[in-house]
Amino acid sequence: MSGASTTAHSVVEPSATSKRVAGFFVILYALISMAPLAWIFATGWKTPPDSISYPPKVVFDPSLEGYCNLFTTRTRQTNEYIEALGPPQGACDEVTRRREMVIAGQSNYVPRFINSLIIAFGSTFLAVSLGVFSAYAFSRFKIPLADDLLFFILSTRMMPPIAVAIPIYLMYRELGLSDSALGMILLYTAVNVSLAVWLLKGFIDEIPREYEEAAMIDGYTRLHAFFKVVLPQAATGIAATAIFCMIFAWNEYAFAVLLTSGEAQTAPPFIPTIIGEGGMDWPAVGAGTTLFLIPIVVFTIVLRKHLLRGITFGAVRK
Amino acid sequence: MAEVRLESVTKRFGETIGVEGIDLTVHDGEFVVLLGPTGAGKTTTLRLIAGLEKPDHGLVYLNGKNAAPLSPAERDVAFVFQQYSLYPHLSVFENLAFPLRSPVRRRDEATIKATVERVAAMLRIEKKLQNRATRLSGGEMQRVAIGRALVRSPSIYLMDEPLSSLDAKLRSDMRLELQHIQRDLGATMLYVTHDQIEAMTMATRIGVLDHGHLVQIGTPREIYEAPRNVYVATRLGMPSINLVPAAAFSGQPMPPGTQTIGARTEHVVVGKRASGASKPATVDWIEHLGDQNHLHLSLGEHKLVTLVDPDMALSVGDAIDLSLQGALYFGADGERIAA
Repeated sequence: MSGASTTAHSVVEPSATSKRVAGFFVILYALISMAPLAWIFATGWKTPPDSISYPPKVVFDPSLEGYCNLFTTRTRQTNEYIEALGPPQGACDEVTRRREMVIAGQSNYVPRFINSLIIAFGSTFLAVSLGVFSAYAFSRFKIPLADDLLFFILSTRMMPPIAVAIPIYLMYRELGLSDSALGMILLYTAVNVSLAVWLLKGFIDEIPREYEEAAMIDGYTRLHAFFKVVLPQAATGIAATAIFCMIFAWNEYAFAVLLTSGEAQTAPPFIPTIIGEGGMDWPAVGAGTTLFLIPIVVFTIVLRKHLLRGITFGAVRK
Repeated sequence: MAEVRLESVTKRFGETIGVEGIDLTVHDGEFVVLLGPTGAGKTTTLRLIAGLEKPDHGLVYLNGKNAAPLSPAERDVAFVFQQYSLYPHLSVFENLAFPLRSPVRRRDEATIKATVERVAAMLRIEKKLQNRATRLSGGEMQRVAIGRALVRSPSIYLMDEPLSSLDAKLRSDMRLELQHIQRDLGATMLYVTHDQIEAMTMATRIGVLDHGHLVQIGTPREIYEAPRNVYVATRLGMPSINLVPAAAFSGQPMPPGTQTIGARTEHVVVGKRASGASKPATVDWIEHLGDQNHLHLSLGEHKLVTLVDPDMALSVGDAIDLSLQGALYFGADGERIAA
């Protein structure tokens, strides 16, 4: 990356033409991948008839109905009843009354969203913490049957969720963990810890032992040396691992739909259940999905600079 | 009083011998250099003293006390590693202060600041204190690494080829600096290297290691002039000692039982072909080093390398006289026979 001095014909630097061609394909791919997201975003601002009209409407009059329906529950009333209510309280009230309905209360979207935050962040924190300690142990100590243990840890991820959901459901019912945030945190931690151990072991293997040895000679215990020397240097790996764990826990659907129904339900199984008059309330689903994307996008952007190194599984030397 | 004593210490790594039966005492204020090629057990010896490895047999004594139950932190030794010695996420100041912030020897901030600044001045890195450790040149990094040992006053400084990653100029500067520091502090040092110049110039005593065994220990002069065997003799001397079968110098007086003659450059006398008494040799090649020339010779089927004055007018193919003026004599088992 020597900047201005690189020539188009250098062996390591691709030519301007090939860069342009590559750039074209990357942009094309990005547009194709983002099209569904753009459609979801647009749907959130459509009226229910617009959202299912054929041919699909690309240009439309934006409406707040999707977001209003997402956060509220509504009941149908007669025109006389609505006229007797006096002036509407805010934009949502107005939109709702136009459909001959009144707002009856808050929907479950906010509590489900909060469940998602608690469960995803909780399980990510636990999986990464447990992962970094076990990865350190696998990396630094002679552990009998280390390779077999590592394979066993990885194998916990090989079964499809649907295959283990029923035994887990029965187990959780006995333990009083079904439909609880704690149960979901433990479950996602168990699934993610294998990924965390494998990813982090790669990163910690790369940190020379001399650092800890120097710290131990300098008067620190191994645990101190771990926190003072190893952790700061594993920061990149920890960030990358956290992103992967977070993405899994945030988007997880199969376990969530099977094991939660009320109290601990996360947003993914909740969003498709938003039913409006005469079928799915697509604008509300679009609105709910748009908002649901925000935390994971922010989390990824914050830790973005670590991600590139992360997806090479720690194989890149400094 | 700072003294380190190893008593028949053995350490194996699986089938590989790290060190075997090492007996070694480093006295207070002494600068002992362990010399040997890669794999001779130099680093293992340091790690055993530091407590980073546990001996399979034998004991390590620090100041007369058995060190076996002590953790590395409790042993009060300082270790300068060959590389990876600085914490990359910390500044130079923080790197130097790191040992002083440890739980076993925590100092107050004012003392830490004063100590770090004193050591930084001694190593001439005081302007770099706020730099990130990764934004230093190789020489500066190595100074900081040595500085991290100097901020403490440990019972012994253990140094594992601290200069090997530096270029020649810097290495000779640092060699001098280390000698000054060691003398000024009266420090006890155990220094590991494969560089014979470092060993010759810095050591109070040199210990020569071969495949985990301590073959000989003595002053640089003793090791150079009276090596115990062929192996030790080849460790010192530039160009290295010429080993020639005794038969090649059949006329020469030598002690009985001599199998091999070890001729250092100062033992080899060359002159223009004249007399009949000396051995005739041929010049194979001349390397010009400026202040001196390396002369590659053939004596029958044997090859020798020696030094000559650059003024001596010789060219490839010249026949010359070759005689020995003193030499080292080795028996069939490779042990030296006193002349």
